[in-house]
Amino acid sequence: MKILVSIKQVPARDSQLRIDTSGRWIQENDLTFEINEPDAFALEEALRLKEKHGGEVVALCAGPARASQTIREALAKGADRAIHIEEENLPAFDTLGVAKLLAKAAEAEKADLILTGLQSDDLGYGQTGVVLAELLGLPHGTIIMAVEKIDSGIRVKRELEDGWFQNVEMPLPAVLTIQSGINKLRYATLMGIKKAKTKEVKRLTAAELGVAATPTASIERVYLPQRTKQTQLIEGSAREAAAKLVEKLRFEARVI
Amino acid sequence: MSGVLAVIERNSGEWHRMSWETLAAAQQLAAQTGLTVSAAVVGEAGDLVNKKLDRIYAIQHGLLATYTADGFTAALEQLIRKTSPSIVLFPHTYQVRDFAPKLATRFHQVLVSDAVGFRIDAGAPIFVRQLFQGKLNADVKLGGAEPHFASIQAGAFRADQVEAGASQVERFAPELSAGSIRAKPEEPFRESARAVDLTSADIIVSVGRGIKEKGNIPIVEELAKALGAELAASRPICDSGWLPMERQVGSSGQTVSPKMYLAVGISGAIQHLVGMKGAKTIVAINKDANAPIFEVADYGIVGDLFEVVPALTEEVKKAKG
Repeated sequence: MKILVSIKQVPARDSQLRIDTSGRWIQENDLTFEINEPDAFALEEALRLKEKHGGEVVALCAGPARASQTIREALAKGADRAIHIEEENLPAFDTLGVAKLLAKAAEAEKADLILTGLQSDDLGYGQTGVVLAELLGLPHGTIIMAVEKIDSGIRVKRELEDGWFQNVEMPLPAVLTIQSGINKLRYATLMGIKKAKTKEVKRLTAAELGVAATPTASIERVYLPQRTKQTQLIEGSAREAAAKLVEKLRFEARVI
Repeated sequence: MSGVLAVIERNSGEWHRMSWETLAAAQQLAAQTGLTVSAAVVGEAGDLVNKKLDRIYAIQHGLLATYTADGFTAALEQLIRKTSPSIVLFPHTYQVRDFAPKLATRFHQVLVSDAVGFRIDAGAPIFVRQLFQGKLNADVKLGGAEPHFASIQAGAFRADQVEAGASQVERFAPELSAGSIRAKPEEPFRESARAVDLTSADIIVSVGRGIKEKGNIPIVEELAKALGAELAASRPICDSGWLPMERQVGSSGQTVSPKMYLAVGISGAIQHLVGMKGAKTIVAINKDANAPIFEVADYGIVGDLFEVVPALTEEVKKAKG
């Protein structure tokens, strides 16, 4: 089975975010970046499917030059090769634009299965996988908790709301968005890291793929959310704060 | 005729609770832009006829009895091409996440997903949505040819603000063929009966990523015990197997509204907040003063949970004598 995994590089989870001077995005120069966590689960699922059924895992990533670090890590974990759509100004493309870039690169690969995380930790639109499937004319499944290969294609376990699930069969090729927690992530081994250095990374540009940035959705302004509640922040040492909190919970909120 | 179309969700005869919230959003958006407002539902209109709507489209076809992305997308594409709405709103449910991006793509548009609100600028809506797991907000403007598409976050609008009135039902029969529906869904199921019913708990102590490792869970367990509370967790804790799935609060777990919800080391990603923001009193303990959990908290302590929680346990024990 040839599996394409679409991964994204995002600011590290604990980043302290600052709004940039344009007011439309964040300051990126002092941040560290990592693989979007849901995509890490998608990569892991791809590696497991390959181990079970044979084939190839190709990592696909659209992002600026710095994304090559995340691509190397995917290769170190076991992806066989990678495609880097190198685009410094990715925010100029909206979700549809990015999906078009990915679709163009994916078309040439003719993979049996395309996996990606269910959403990104930065923009959080949660739709790249679905749009990609539509652009490629493929069936899709979202928020997937298990993938099983069957004669007619695949049978996947979809997560519904409130603890419900549903199994769905679909033919291949198909696109799946993978739910976090579907598997246990592996670490790259020393051997894997060494091998990654010799693995192929194909670089493509938006121009080569024939996709121009013509966004219909644009971010006008980024700002700190307004608090919906007036939070009483309790200060002091741990002991002092704990004592004050208990007092408030007893006599003000009356919940203890 | 152009207007706002609310595409709302009904599963086996039951309205999805977010359907009314989206209807309220659609009515408010229509009122502020001078547009008409209609609703579309796959199946029967039912008590929707008692709401203030220009029209209700009841989409009916045998192939839509079970949800599939292919079927729903094709049906709604046909309805939208026929009725030409300016703006299409959805509740941001799991089902909508599965088909609405596909539908928007058919119109060369991007779905503004999980919007928490909107404001009107020069007669057109600018949608507000969250970035970076709720740490920042963004104003998103849509351009290009209408219709424009947005989905509304759970709890962003109030279901009880839907305006009552009268409406006409128009049946819409899309042209669908069985061969165009590629996925074969089976019956939905639950993994196991829920042994833990968090929804009836008065006090919940909930733990998140900040706890760092499984071996630290007892610190929070002690606090829950002292408070007589149920122990709950955010998704990553259950994913890691540190607590059973049945203790998960959030969009994929249980939705709770206890008298007190005490969040320990939980940053407050929206998927978690939708499951607990109905709690009467919310307390947050987190090392990051900018964590979104503090946006909904009544009381907060910014600090190291490994110092604060044991101190709190001790103080609670003292208070309870």
